[in-house]
Amino acid sequence: MNTKKAIGAVAVAAAAALALSACGGGSTGGDSAKGEISYWLWDANQLPAYQQCATDFQKTHPDIKVKITQTGWDDYWGKITNGMAAGTAPDVFTNHLAKYPDFIKTKQLVALDDAVANDKVDLSQYNEGLADLWVGQDGKRYGLPKDWDTVALFYNKKMAADAGLTAEQMASLKWNPQDGGSYEKAIARLTVDKNGKRGDEPGFDKNNVAVYGLGLGGSGGENAGQTEWSFLAASLGWTTTDKNPWGTHYNYDDKRVQDTIAWWASLAQKGYMPKLEATVGANAADSFGAGKAAINSHGSWMIGQYTGYKGIDVGIAPTPQGPEGQRASMFNGLADSIWAGTKKKDAAVKWVEYLASAACQDVVAAKAVVFPAIKGSSDKAAAAFKAKGVDVSAFTQHVKDKTTFMLPITDNAAKVAGIMKPAMDAVVTGKAPASSLSAANEQVNSLFAK
Amino acid sequence: MTTLTKQPGPGLSAGGPQKSRRRGKPAADFRGTGDLKIALLFIAPAMLGFVLFYLVPTIRGIYLSFTEYSILGDPEWIGTRNYERIAKDPLFWNALGVTSQYVLINIVLQTALALGLAILMHRVAKSTIVRGALLMPYLMANVIAALLWFWMLDYQIGIVNQLIEWTGLPRVAFFGSEQWAIPTQALINTWRHMGYTALLIFAGLQAIPHSVYEAASIDGSKAISTFWRITLPLLRPVLVLVLVVTVIGSFQVFDTVAVTTAGGPVNATRVLQFYIYQRAFNEQDFGYGSALAVILFLILALVAFIQMKSLRGNQSDLD
Repeated sequence: MNTKKAIGAVAVAAAAALALSACGGGSTGGDSAKGEISYWLWDANQLPAYQQCATDFQKTHPDIKVKITQTGWDDYWGKITNGMAAGTAPDVFTNHLAKYPDFIKTKQLVALDDAVANDKVDLSQYNEGLADLWVGQDGKRYGLPKDWDTVALFYNKKMAADAGLTAEQMASLKWNPQDGGSYEKAIARLTVDKNGKRGDEPGFDKNNVAVYGLGLGGSGGENAGQTEWSFLAASLGWTTTDKNPWGTHYNYDDKRVQDTIAWWASLAQKGYMPKLEATVGANAADSFGAGKAAINSHGSWMIGQYTGYKGIDVGIAPTPQGPEGQRASMFNGLADSIWAGTKKKDAAVKWVEYLASAACQDVVAAKAVVFPAIKGSSDKAAAAFKAKGVDVSAFTQHVKDKTTFMLPITDNAAKVAGIMKPAMDAVVTGKAPASSLSAANEQVNSLFAK
Repeated sequence: MTTLTKQPGPGLSAGGPQKSRRRGKPAADFRGTGDLKIALLFIAPAMLGFVLFYLVPTIRGIYLSFTEYSILGDPEWIGTRNYERIAKDPLFWNALGVTSQYVLINIVLQTALALGLAILMHRVAKSTIVRGALLMPYLMANVIAALLWFWMLDYQIGIVNQLIEWTGLPRVAFFGSEQWAIPTQALINTWRHMGYTALLIFAGLQAIPHSVYEAASIDGSKAISTFWRITLPLLRPVLVLVLVVTVIGSFQVFDTVAVTTAGGPVNATRVLQFYIYQRAFNEQDFGYGSALAVILFLILALVAFIQMKSLRGNQSDLD
């Protein structure tokens, strides 16, 4: 009899454990405007700024406690998605344009229209276009803008001076997909082999390069070449998708982008840029910091890192002009979104509105890490960078001159990345011609045919 | 549960009629029943774990493989469409090829080296410290071992490439080149597991009675022919076990790839497990990922079955 009871007890315990784990995300209860809310972001450089925002916010909202968690980009999205399935996702999180369409599709985000109307959030205070990026195909708003970024060329000032390139020359580079223009000439000139011969000198040994003219982080296949080649292809008038946002047709079969990639990949064959295989496990910014590359094209969120390398004097030049004299830079903006499963919706709305207000964005600006979304705060950030001795006009110029184009916002972003990354890797390693991107493009577009 | 109730059967009461044991209330004088309840109690925790963490997820995985499911939202039944898509998916076939390449390199090297080490342990290295040292790599977490080698074999700053360059040879992109990426990962795994495998074989060597060797030497057998004609045949059950375990283990390679090359360069290291992870967790296609996992499960079951059958792993020549 005893054993029977014991078996019964085990079974009951097991059933209870199952039942408990099954309804972990059930009950609400409590006031949704009070208590602790969780907030996630991925950039460690920005953590101190937002921690300051949270401290200030809690002073004016003593009922609410904000718990910030920072998780690196590589694990961030998996954790959020799994958290949504398990009922443990953060109440508020930093959202990305490439990711939020999938969240809308699966109804994981809270629409903010009512909050914006009730609390009279001024959407015109943000830099042009940023607020509307977060309006879904259903016409509802799913995030309030927090910052923006553009792309420019970071270069090693001493190497440029040794190569006889002035700051003016670096700031007025021109590019075309046939011979690369003065952009390629500068890259070749800045490349130095182990014998001290430059890339444009006779006797240059492309197999023994000490300093590459242009650094390489990756093929950019997974993120539409945001910092690698999109600024070149776009200067030819190419666009990633048929329309943006919410395009349903990708344009990787376009001759303009294929010519751009072919030219870019040719730099590695010429010895002006590292081969893709040499960059596995390496970090482009750190290679630049170690003096192994003279120019790196990268985003404005990297300013702090590039200017932080000891003993390296960094200049920032705008992306080169295309054949028509036009510059281009991808424009990306982040926002804060609220998870639909939150139990503290009212508190979350207050926190999101605070993050999107000048009070918080000025704090972020003062730390000189990124450009906040609010126009006035952006200017303050530029001033804060200047106070640190960094001229960021190469980044802000794109916004002033309206030479930006938006990061492509489409459905199926993760699947597109899964197809384009290996396809682009194959082209950059020289294994496949640029025309092979047409086949990958067909695969991508078939995702939208369903 | 039938498998469980069977267990106290034949061994305890040889010759008893099979039917009476299965049906109806067990007779009070039956010797097995007193132990049955207590046995079930002891089995219960393991059974619970098995059901909760293996059986239920497996059945659910098989069910999900016939659906379209994005983890958020409900699974939608689509019949065998996932399997039809897999048959036409070049990345699946690539993954199968890449994984097989990995398994082959891994198994051949690991078994050969482990056998050699085991014999050295048996004959030469009697010191516990030396024997223990061989097991050291195995005590390291897979991810740590992978990252350590990733760093040491780095193209630009790795110490191994520094040494290669000193000898006058060109640097090798161990993880970056398509030719090297899989062999490199297989070598890392071999390095980590070799000691453990050697230990298993070593245990097998010790089980071979000394009298057999004595008889062989009296008959004038030389060391080499003793090895081929006595040691290897008598080791067979252990070797089969080692092969089955390492083949299954290698087919499931994931962590080394995930923390180093993540499937690249191009598709050179997109092994099955990583492809499953990519489809399910990165691309939120859990139905497709489950179908891939079911196929991997079938492959492994088949491989293990063939190995056990053809190598007669459940019989020993010592009897």
